[in-house]
Amino acid sequence: MQVLTKYVFAAALSLVVSSGTAWAAGEAHEPEPQDWSFNGFFGAFDKAQLQRGFQIYSQVCSGCHSLKFVAYRHLEGLGYNEAEIKAIAAETQVEGGPDDSGDMFMRPGVPADFITGPYDNENQARAFNGGALPPDLSLITKARHGGPDYIYALLTGYESAPESFELATGMNYNSFFLGSQIAMFSPLADGVVEYADGTPANVEQLAADVTAFLTWAGEPRLEDRKRIGFKVVIFLLILSGLLYAAKRRVWSTLH
Amino acid sequence: MSSESSKFTGLVGWVDNRLPVFSYVHKEYGEYPTPRNFNYWWNFGALAMFCLTVMIVSGIFLAMQYQPNTQMAFESIQRIMRDVNYGWLMRYIHMNGASFFFIAVYIHIFRGLYYGSYKSPRELLWMLGVVILLLMMATSFFGYVLPWGQMSFWGATVITNLFSAIPIVGDPIVTWLWGGFAIDNPTLNRFYALHYLLPFVIVGVVGLHVVALHVTGSNNPTGIEPKSSQDTVPFHPYYTLKDSFGLSVFVIIYALIVFYAPESLGEAENYVPANSLQTPAEIVPEWYLLPYYAILRSVPDLLIIDAKLAGIIAMFVSILVLFVLPWLDTSKVRSARYRPTYKKFFWVFVVVCFVLGWVGAHPPNEKVFGLEWLEVIDVGRITTFYYFFHFFVLFPLLGKFEKTKPVPNSITESVLGASATEKV
Ligand code: HEC
Ligand code: HEM
Repeated sequence: MQVLTKYVFAAALSLVVSSGTAWAAGEAHEPEPQDWSFNGFFGAFDKAQLQRGFQIYSQVCSGCHSLKFVAYRHLEGLGYNEAEIKAIAAETQVEGGPDDSGDMFMRPGVPADFITGPYDNENQARAFNGGALPPDLSLITKARHGGPDYIYALLTGYESAPESFELATGMNYNSFFLGSQIAMFSPLADGVVEYADGTPANVEQLAADVTAFLTWAGEPRLEDRKRIGFKVVIFLLILSGLLYAAKRRVWSTLH
Repeated sequence: MSSESSKFTGLVGWVDNRLPVFSYVHKEYGEYPTPRNFNYWWNFGALAMFCLTVMIVSGIFLAMQYQPNTQMAFESIQRIMRDVNYGWLMRYIHMNGASFFFIAVYIHIFRGLYYGSYKSPRELLWMLGVVILLLMMATSFFGYVLPWGQMSFWGATVITNLFSAIPIVGDPIVTWLWGGFAIDNPTLNRFYALHYLLPFVIVGVVGLHVVALHVTGSNNPTGIEPKSSQDTVPFHPYYTLKDSFGLSVFVIIYALIVFYAPESLGEAENYVPANSLQTPAEIVPEWYLLPYYAILRSVPDLLIIDAKLAGIIAMFVSILVLFVLPWLDTSKVRSARYRPTYKKFFWVFVVVCFVLGWVGAHPPNEKVFGLEWLEVIDVGRITTFYYFFHFFVLFPLLGKFEKTKPVPNSITESVLGASATEKV
């Protein structure tokens, strides 16, 4: 009976867990799992990759997408030092003020500023993008089923539409996107950025790098989490062993 | 009674003579005579209590940083996740703690169903448990609205709109619940106030639940009452240790989720800020509410009652029926160990509950296994029917017609013959 109980629970639990994700597939292609450096129990970000990804974000995606929950000071997590962060922030112009006479003015960015993106408001963003809204990317890997695998598949998944497919004007065919047509044209192409470290800048590499960066942007505490988790689990395993031994010992006097 | 009667001495004795908290703890958690034959299913009450504590502690820390304002709520959660020291830890503990709380409580309830713990003299104890379940559902519903993501907003929309099905007063009630003509800042504010309040109401009801337990004493896997002191052991150290070990194992699983898969039980859509102009493709509640959601959506028009109202009634009855279960079950035997037919139906019922959960997570018109002739809603209707059949037909009839196995004379007898007795 005990064995049966176990199986029923295991089967039922897996049913419940898998059901949560099943419907998401809808009509879009299921993205393929990638071998990310941050996967698994000991997963960690590859700092060089994050820096490359940030470079792509800054030079390509930031033209349309904000990253509003990330401040320049957070870039410490990519391995930049204070001076480098100050310099990166200072490259941007943000609105400051009001000054003593009550006027607003433009000033260079500082580390405490957030990465707000190019548009003043949603209407402007839509006006510049044929009615579509480029979403903020700070949480994009957490806000989509499939997470980083989906983002990678999307960025590398542009192809010409099949004959039978009716593509609306201004739309691009991408079978990973729900409905298979997306308002964003393929933002990546071989060599759109030039890497200082000599990494070949083909589309797959670019997509992987920017996706890794966006994963960090969505979950900057991932490394702390896994590191602390490891200690907690080891501690609990030992504690459980001791408690089990103590329990056995006390109960043995009974029978 | 002015004499110093406490068995404690010194400062503890002095306090105990004036406020007998030490005697109370000693009596109820030290000496409390407990059946010697508990299996690990008896762990889950203590585990639920642990979860409640964890929820309150982590919740209070979150409350120090959270902003219950539609313009700031979503962002304040991101501040907690990114900038507040260990904020991410508190949030993941709280978010997944709700799931583990429900896992513990559901197993606790199914344990009660299996071993007949709801039967006389434990009816009130059981009914207080059902009150706790209802309060938990309300609390988690309000909590889920707080991050103000898409699922928060649309979940709140679907659930509050249910009340509009009530004839005549429905719409005014919904407006009253919302605090306006749409779900907006007043709604979020009151949900936050209630989310902060209800856990403490739960603490109160848990207190009554424990008082009731210590009056009747615990049930046990045989379902027969302890007859001699041989049948029981003092709660401490026997069950304090057994519970601690079980708790430690439970926390390992909880920790694995918190640290290695903190989003696995959540909905990605809730990381998109609430937007009243854009309905998500599919609105699904948290997993622990899925079976009720399935029942809600499965009921067709019934006579003069339209499907929406009928669904709501069915959903509420599916929980309220637990209140009258002690009287629906006519069997003289408590434990399913000695009720071979009930035991089979019990497992059917467990499977039905999981299938209902699956139904709740899928659009009603989706084909099941790609079969042309079978839609999710059909499965939902069959399982919903069975759910009520189980309570309203099987429970009363089984007690009358089932041929039960002989019950052992005492707990000790059943333990000593353990190798021969089937142990569940
Ligand atoms: C010219 C403007 C533009 C640029 C540059 C751009 N995007 Fe987009 N992006 C959009 C628009 C517009 C949408 C909305 C598409 C839609 O809803 O159909 C979008 C949507 C997205 C989405 C959301 C897809 C979904 O599942 O909803 C992601 C992810 C994304 N972009 C990533 C990127 C990345 C990474 C880059 C840089 C490599 C980038 N974008 C560069 C305009 C742009
Ligand atoms: C019975 C106990 C409780 C349950 C079942 C519960 C459940 C929940 C749930 C499901 C969420 C949404 C999590 C998410 O998706 O982010 C939540 C959020 C929240 N809860 Fe609770 N909660 C409980 C107790 C408390 C208490 C006692 C407090 C405060 C004193 C509290 C404060 C909060 C706050 C501030 C949030 C918003 C932060 C967030 O969403 O992460 N909770 N709760």
